Amino acid sequence: MTLLHVENLCVRFPSDQGEVEVVRGLTFTLGRERLGIVGESGSGKSMTGRALMGLIPKPGRVTADRMEFEGIDLRGLAEPAFRRLRGARMSMAMQDPKFSLNPVIRIGDQIAEALEFHSRLSARDRRARVLEVLQAVRIDDPERVYQLYPHEVSGGMGQRVMIAMMVILEPALMIADEPTSALDVSVRAQVLEIMDDLVRRRGMGLILISHDLNMVARWCDRILVMFNGQVVEECAAGQLHAATHPYTQGLLASMPRLDEDRAQLPVLDRALIGAGLGGRT
Amino acid sequence: MTDTPTPFPAKAPGFSGPWWQAVWFAITVALTFLGLLAITFVIGRVVPIDPVLAVVGDRASQATYDAARAAMGLDDPMIVQFARYVWGVMQFDLGVSVSTNRPVAQDLARVFPATLEMATLGILIGVVVGVPMGVLAAARQGTWIDQVIRVIGLAGYAVPAFWLGLVGLVVFYAKLRWVGGPGRIDIFLDGMVAPVTGLLLIDSLLAGDMDSFRSAFGHIILPSTILGFYSLAYIARMTRSFMLEQLGQEFIVTARVKGAPARVVIWRHAFRPIRVQLITVIGLSYAGLLEGSVMIETVFSWPGIGNYLTGALLNADMNAVLGATLVVGAVFIVINKVSDAMYRVLDPRAR
Repeated sequence: MTLLHVENLCVRFPSDQGEVEVVRGLTFTLGRERLGIVGESGSGKSMTGRALMGLIPKPGRVTADRMEFEGIDLRGLAEPAFRRLRGARMSMAMQDPKFSLNPVIRIGDQIAEALEFHSRLSARDRRARVLEVLQAVRIDDPERVYQLYPHEVSGGMGQRVMIAMMVILEPALMIADEPTSALDVSVRAQVLEIMDDLVRRRGMGLILISHDLNMVARWCDRILVMFNGQVVEECAAGQLHAATHPYTQGLLASMPRLDEDRAQLPVLDRALIGAGLGGRT
Repeated sequence: MTDTPTPFPAKAPGFSGPWWQAVWFAITVALTFLGLLAITFVIGRVVPIDPVLAVVGDRASQATYDAARAAMGLDDPMIVQFARYVWGVMQFDLGVSVSTNRPVAQDLARVFPATLEMATLGILIGVVVGVPMGVLAAARQGTWIDQVIRVIGLAGYAVPAFWLGLVGLVVFYAKLRWVGGPGRIDIFLDGMVAPVTGLLLIDSLLAGDMDSFRSAFGHIILPSTILGFYSLAYIARMTRSFMLEQLGQEFIVTARVKGAPARVVIWRHAFRPIRVQLITVIGLSYAGLLEGSVMIETVFSWPGIGNYLTGALLNADMNAVLGATLVVGAVFIVINKVSDAMYRVLDPRAR
């Protein structure tokens, strides 16, 4: 079943030198699967996520030939209707819990908010649900963590709280925008595993946005490689080694391996790639 | 679980807990006051006004002068004089004013409540109107609402207080007769209410004298509104910039991702974190108003501390000047300490 259908998605921002297109004609579909979007910073991958959530700030503009989520046309969807989708049917885990959690609201209350906006549960039922979801992200003492403020927890726990907040209403789609890049390497795998487990068990669609090819290949079913606001490569996660686009090949070649025998790692030749796309570099 | 949160580091082992915090609070307040007293004491010694001459007159003989000097304790070592000064202040003895011939403490007990009343009403107006204005301007950044609020704010900086006061009197008192004229209350009601707090609005309510209350309110509302307008301009501008800073934060996106309506995004997620900053701004504005606005007090013949201090300065009435300075300093200390305490309530990171 197709969850998300995107055709020719463009995101533009006006600037002094005319309009800048940060996403240029993105087309893809998503079922109940895990899709990875990789690309370097500025490639438009984060803006893709925000465009799908209807959160491109003014004066940015979003256009598409088709942008459907669960059969709902997202193009020009009125804000109240979009609000009913956000948090309930689609959600987005943000990058760094240090900045993405409100510093003056208790963790439990921040998670409970999603229930407040989208359900008629009583305060007590909301609390019970929050404790449940905290347990689901493997927080052993949810009662205590409920009362804490974001600055009182570690990055890894903060990110699990973020995930709890985004899955509590069991949305059909979760976008994870660089969910582990702010974390210590030692807890990254743990956070990803928890997320993966929840997404699979609840049959959610996942869009994992990252600059880390290896990570995306490890945790996703399918991969889109973005460069300069466009998709340059689309393949199954297992077929990454067979990538055909020079940008993907360049990225792969520039990664060091454990059994490295090259004296020098090759550097991406942007001029070569850029010429093929006719884009800004 | 490997990553348990780190517990808060105690200030010093054995010296934590609410009891110790209260003691520490009292100690810091006492020390700050002592510093303030030291400053006023030193100012009193270095100004080129001879307190002995002020008492004996410049025709007294050297013997009389010396005797008076000894009687006033000015021959004692500085530290003794300072101790005597501190001891006196602790008993509310601030000396006698040369110009009014009354104890300075008595004068201050009369003029400070007048300023306190006007400043409090003024800051209330400034906060109740200014904060929502700032929030609204930030939420509607760049729209005509934002522009209108900016112009109002600019006017608050640009229009001189005495001009606004005079125009206010001409329009609302002389022409429209909506408010009372200068002074704290109508002449024929003056002195009808027994002073309890010195705040006319409260005293008249305590006495159940509604005529006096209405009259006092009619007199205070115009100068307070003008003071409120000036603090409003500052408070609204600061609120706007604090709000804009918060609205650009990542956690605002998180809130919207959860499906939060605009009202919740603005008042819960953006406004809550700025309350601490606002307290500083409001506290400083309030303290500024409590110093007494000489302009407003002059235009409205308001018997407040600004008028009193100016008069004392012009008459070289050092006891009165130092007494009033002490009160203004104390106001700043109290407001600072109150905002410190409120930080701890409002910001979990400051606990």
